[in-house]
Formats: sequence, C-alpha cells, structure tokens
Amino acid sequence: MEIKEKIRKFVANFIKTEEFGDDDNILLSTVNSLFAMQLIIFIENEFDIEVDNDELDLNNFNSVNAIADYIAFKTK
Amino acid sequence: MKIGVIGAGVIGTGVAHRFAQYGYDVSVVDIDPGKEKVMRRNIKNSIMGYNLVNGGEKKVDYKEVLEKISFSTELESLGECEYVIENVTEKIEIKKEVYLKLDSICNENCIFLVNTSCIPITKIAGYTSRKEKVIGAHFMNPVPMKNACEVIRGCYTSEETIKSVSDFLGSAGIKPIIVNDMSGFVSNRVSHVFMNEAAMVVQDGVASPEDVDAIFKECFGHKMGPLETADLIGIDTVVYSLDVLYEYYHDPKYRAAPIMKKMVDAGQLGRKSGKGFYNY
Repeated sequence: MEIKEKIRKFVANFIKTEEFGDDDNILLSTVNSLFAMQLIIFIENEFDIEVDNDELDLNNFNSVNAIADYIAFKTK
Repeated sequence: MKIGVIGAGVIGTGVAHRFAQYGYDVSVVDIDPGKEKVMRRNIKNSIMGYNLVNGGEKKVDYKEVLEKISFSTELESLGECEYVIENVTEKIEIKKEVYLKLDSICNENCIFLVNTSCIPITKIAGYTSRKEKVIGAHFMNPVPMKNACEVIRGCYTSEETIKSVSDFLGSAGIKPIIVNDMSGFVSNRVSHVFMNEAAMVVQDGVASPEDVDAIFKECFGHKMGPLETADLIGIDTVVYSLDVLYEYYHDPKYRAAPIMKKMVDAGQLGRKSGKGFYNY
C-alpha cells in the first residue's frame, strides 16, 4: 500500500470520516494528545522510523501530505 | 523523594510517568521483565504526543523523565519508598499476595496507595499491619493528563494519611476527591452501569456504538461516550470490574453484558489491542 494511502486509512479510522483532502489540516478537529500519541506510534511502527523530539512541529504532521513528506525525509 | 509503583500496565505506566515528570524518583516493579521496554516506549510516545500538541517552550524532555524511573521484578526494591502505589490486576487474590509481601518489605512509615476501581480498601488494609496507612487512589486514564483522582478513605485510614496523600498528589498536580469505602466507590459504581447498558444496547441491535456514543456526546455534552470509554479502559478491565461489583452487591444490574465477555474471549480489548467497539 502506498504511504499516503496508509496514512489516510489511519487518519480516517481515527476521525471517523473519509471526507478530507491530502492537504486538509487534519489536526484542526482532532488536535489532542491522544491522537498525536497514536499518530507517532503509527508512524514509528508502520514505517520503521524514530521520530525525534526536535521534529515535533505541528507543521510536520498537520496533513496527509505533510506526514508523507516527513516520512519520505526520514527514510531517504 | 523515592516512591514505588507496582504494576507496569497501562495505569501503572501512566502513574510512573506522571510522578517522574514531577521530579520524583520512581521505582517500578512488575513480575514481567518484558514490561520495562514497553513501559519506556509508551512513556516516550505519550510525552512526544503531548509535545506535538503543546509544542513551544512547554516541551517535556522524555529522556529526563525516563531517567527518573528504575525498573525491577522484585518487590524488595521498594524498601526505602515513602509512598507505594500498587496497580496490579483487579483481583483480590493477586492484590492480597502483593500486600502480604509488601508489608514486610517497606518501612513502617510507608503509605500504601491501592489503585483500584472496585476492591474495598478496608479489605486490603486487613492484609497489612498498617491499616491506618492504607488508602485508595483510583487514578484515571490517561494518568499524565488527568488532574483529579478519586481517593478512598478506608475504615481505618487515618486523617494523617489522608492529609499526607492529598499533599503528595497535589505536588504532582492532582486534585484528590475524597470519598468513603464501598465497592466501586463513586466512579465505577455509576460509570460501569452506563458502559454495561451501552454494551447491551449494541448487543440488542438498538444502535451502533457510534450512535450510542453520539447521544452521550451530542445530547448530554459528555466529552466521550460510554463505549469509547470502555475501549480506552480496556474491555477486560471493565468486565473484571463488573464481576467485582456483582460479587460484592449481588445485584443483577452489575451482571457483565455477554457481548463484552465474548469480546474478551476474542482478544478484542479496546484501544490496547487495536480493536474493541471501534477499530484503532
């Protein structure tokens, strides 16, 4: 499965809708620590990377495209 | 100050995290050595989640928090603790075994906080030679984010102990709400009836989990619905707690919904297993 598709599936499962675009800010309606924690666990486990404390910037994680870019950066 | 935390499950991990973040040296004990790795990873992820949302200058250094936590499989490592918070499984035989040992290991001034949602504190106190220093502390999940705790005064708990524990919790930003001892106290006695009946409603095909929860959130203004809450607590824990309430009161209103027993058999335990009333 493509990276973006995996991210979309994870986010859709959490926010209980598939009505969002790849550039939409997914954190606007779900910005809480529990979602953020699950998102980091998902990214680390699914893509076998370690998220660094210094990289915890909302801009890296606020949309499907932003997360996909971040993963691409970490795995290159 | 050194404190002890027994049990490195979901709640024990949260308790260790909270007190370590507030500067306490925390000794964690769990019979399973494999729990240490999981605990440290979960604390790290929890802090990272917090940092992502809160960002800026409020960022917490997870390495500093983890350094405050030590791990052992032996209760003997708790000999010098001033407070011990016990979070083992909600089964009286297991708790009894722990307290019989703990009482002989800890110094006489050590206060025992029984983290339970159901088991009477007075009964636990009876397993020790320090009944006045045993108190209930029902921490809420996720512990690092919940700033209040149901504190239970057993029949023999002294006023000194209540004051000491209130100050101790307060030092970690937790407000104690003090109630009296009777199985389920306030929170579980009321909330588990809600969750159980919500499960029955799904079982009977009256509504989907989403719709049951939507009524609580959108009509009653609750932050979470009862089935989301059950998934967060863990379906196995909810069923255990209902069994304890049923055993104590012999009231059929606490009979666990068959749908939840079936979910436990199937390993559908909620968030922690990736599937419960919802998929995660």
